[in-house]
Amino acid sequence: MSAPLVVARGLTRILTGEIETTLVDGVDLDIAAGEFLAITGPSGSGKSSLLYLLGLLDEPTRGELAIDGRETSRLREEARADLRLSTLGFVFQFHFLLPEFSALDNVMLPMRAFGRLSDRQMTAQARDLLASLGLEAHMGKRPDQMSGGQRQRVAIARALANRPKLILADEPTGNLDSHSTEQVLAILRKLVDETKTSVAIVTHDLSLAAQADRRVHVVDGRLAPHAAPSNPA
Amino acid sequence: MTGALDLIVSIAVTHVRARLRQTFVGVLGVATGVGFSVIMAALMQGSQEDFVAQLVDAMPHVSVSDERRNPPVQPAEQDYAAAQISGQSTPAMRRGVKNPYALMASLEAWLPGVVAPSVQARAVIRYAGRDTAANVVGVDPRREPKVSKIAAQIREGSLEALQRASNGIILGDGLAKKIGARVGNSVVVATGGGATMSARVVGLSHSGMKINDETQAYTLLKTAQVLAGQTGLVNELRIRLNDVMQAREMADRIEAQTGYKSVSWQEQNEDLLSAFAIRNLIMYTVVGAILLVASFGTYNIVSTITHEKTRDIAIMKSLGLRESTVRRIFVLEAMIIGLGGLLIGWALGYLMSRGLGSIEINLPFGDKNHLPIAYAPQHYLIAGGVALASSVFAGYFPARKAASLHPVEIIRGAS
Ligand SMILES: Nc1ncnc2c1ncn2[C@@H]1O[C@H](COP(=O)(O)OP(=O)(O)O)[C@@H](O)[C@H]1O
Ligand SMILES: [Mg+2]
Repeated sequence: MSAPLVVARGLTRILTGEIETTLVDGVDLDIAAGEFLAITGPSGSGKSSLLYLLGLLDEPTRGELAIDGRETSRLREEARADLRLSTLGFVFQFHFLLPEFSALDNVMLPMRAFGRLSDRQMTAQARDLLASLGLEAHMGKRPDQMSGGQRQRVAIARALANRPKLILADEPTGNLDSHSTEQVLAILRKLVDETKTSVAIVTHDLSLAAQADRRVHVVDGRLAPHAAPSNPA
Repeated sequence: MTGALDLIVSIAVTHVRARLRQTFVGVLGVATGVGFSVIMAALMQGSQEDFVAQLVDAMPHVSVSDERRNPPVQPAEQDYAAAQISGQSTPAMRRGVKNPYALMASLEAWLPGVVAPSVQARAVIRYAGRDTAANVVGVDPRREPKVSKIAAQIREGSLEALQRASNGIILGDGLAKKIGARVGNSVVVATGGGATMSARVVGLSHSGMKINDETQAYTLLKTAQVLAGQTGLVNELRIRLNDVMQAREMADRIEAQTGYKSVSWQEQNEDLLSAFAIRNLIMYTVVGAILLVASFGTYNIVSTITHEKTRDIAIMKSLGLRESTVRRIFVLEAMIIGLGGLLIGWALGYLMSRGLGSIEINLPFGDKNHLPIAYAPQHYLIAGGVALASSVFAGYFPARKAASLHPVEIIRGAS
C-alpha cells in the first residue's frame, strides 16, 4: 500500500484582520491515489478554503500538508507554482478561460508553461484531450462562442493538460444544467477509473456526492465527526 | 517551467492588441518623446558644430603672441634656489615678435600647418568729417589666404591690391558704411601714439559677423607696423593646422620651442566651450524629462491592462505560472510599447531633421540659410535607449503589483 497522495494534518487557516476568522480548523485528511472524494457542507462552512489550501493556492496558518510525498508548508512561491503546474489541476465554478484565446490555446497554456513537450506534441495532446471531452468541433472557438457546459469541459481539459495527479474541483457544475452536470461528472468518474487520477470535488449536490468513493462533511471549517466511513474503490 | 517565452509573448501581444487604440496612444507618446529628443539633439549639436566650425574658420587654430605667460626668469633665479626680486618694472611697450620670418620658417619646418604674421594697431579712421574706431590689422597678402578667410571675404577689390597701392587699406563693409567711404577714397588713419597717415581704400571685406565688419581694417604688415610704431616686429603669428584637434598639443610645443605665449583655439574659447557643455546638460535634462513623461503613458496602459486582467492573472497563477512569469508578461507589454515608440520616434526624428534641415531661412547674422542639423547615431541610441528603459521601468511597477496578486481573493470573488 503506497502512501496517500495527499496527507493533511492539523491544517488550519485563520484570517487575521479586524476580526479573526477561522476558515479551516485543524483538518486531518488523506486522499489516496485514484480516489474520488466529495467534500460537502453548508454554504460558508469552509469547503472552498480547504480546497485552496489543498491546491497550494493559499498557505495554512498552521498544520502540515504533504502532496505526492513532498512536505509543502515551507516551499517557496516558485516551488509551489511548479508543483501546481505539474501535479495539480483546478476546476472552478467559473470557467476562468482566457477570453482572447481559443479552446485549444487555453488547453495548451499549462503545457506551454511547463515546456516539456514540443509544439507538435502539445497540439496533438490538447486536441486529443478536447476530443475525448466531446469538443472536437469547438477547438478553434473562443470562450464567448461556446455554451456554459462546453466552456466547463474546456476548463477540465485545461486542468488535465499536464496529466496532474490530483484534480481539485470547486462546485464545477454549479452553473450547469442537469445534462451538462451529468457530462462533467461522467468525465471525472472516467478519469479516476481509467487513469488513477485523484479527484476532490466540492459540491452541495448530494446526489452528485453519492457517486464519489468517499465523502467528507465540513462544518465551521472542521471535518464533521459523523462523516460517512471511508469506502475506497 | 523555463519561463515559457513564447507563451509570455503570445499573452503580452494579445493584451496589447486588445487595447489597440490605447496602445497606439502610448506608442505615440513615446515616439513623440524620442522624435523630439532626436531633433533637439540634432539641432543642438548641429548648431554647436556649425558655430565651432565658423569659429575655427574665423580664427587661427593657434595664436603665437608676443606676450609671455610667466614673467621672464631673472638671472638671480637661475643661480639660486630662492631669490628676492624687487623694483622690477614691466616694459610699457609690447616687445613684439622679433625676426618673424625666420621664426615662421623654423616653425613651418616641422609644424603640420601654415603660419602667417600679423600686426595689430588701434586707430581712428576718418573720412569726410566722420570717424570711427578701428582695429587695423597688418597682414602678409601672400601668406594670409592660407590661414584665414580674409581673402575670400573681400567683396570689392582684393587682398593683393594692398601690395599695389602705397598705404592701401581694406575696410570692413560696415565700417566703410559708417564713415561713408568707398573703394578709391582716401581716408585718414590716426593712432593714439600720434602717428597719422592717409590711406587709399582698395577693398571692402564682409565676414558676416557684424562686430568684425564694423571694426576691422586690413593693411600691409609694414603699414600697420608704422601705425603701431614697431618696425620689424609683429604681434602675432597665426597658425592654421591641418588638423584642428591638434591645436592644444601644437600650441604647447610651439610655446616650449619659442617661449612665446601660444594659445590654441580651444584655450581661447574655453568659456564658450564650457557654455556648450552646460547647454548640453540642459538639453539632456529636458530630453530626459520628455522621455520620462512619455513613460507615464506606458505606466497608464500597463496599469489598465493589469486591472482588466486580474481574473486572467489569478487563473494563470492558479494553473502554476510563477509570479516572475506573470510579471514578465506585463513588462514585455511595456517593452512592446517602448519599442514601438522607439522605432516610430526614430523615423519621426529623422524626418523632422530632414524637414527642418531643408527649410530656407534668413538668419539676421551670418550668411547661412539652412538650420544646421547634425546626424549622429548616438542621438538615436541615447533617445531610444532612455525611452525603452523608462518604458520598461514604468511598466515594471504595475507588472510587479499584478504578479504578486493573490489568486484566492479573485477566484473567490468570481465563483
Ligand atoms: N476574505 C475574507 N474575509 C472574511 N471572511 C471570509 C473571507 N473569505 C472567506 N470568508 C468567510 O470564510 C467562510 C468560509 O468560506 P468558504 O471557504 O468560501 O466557504 P464555502 O466554500 O464552504 O461556502 C465563509 O463564512 C466566508 O464568508
Ligand atoms: Mg465555496
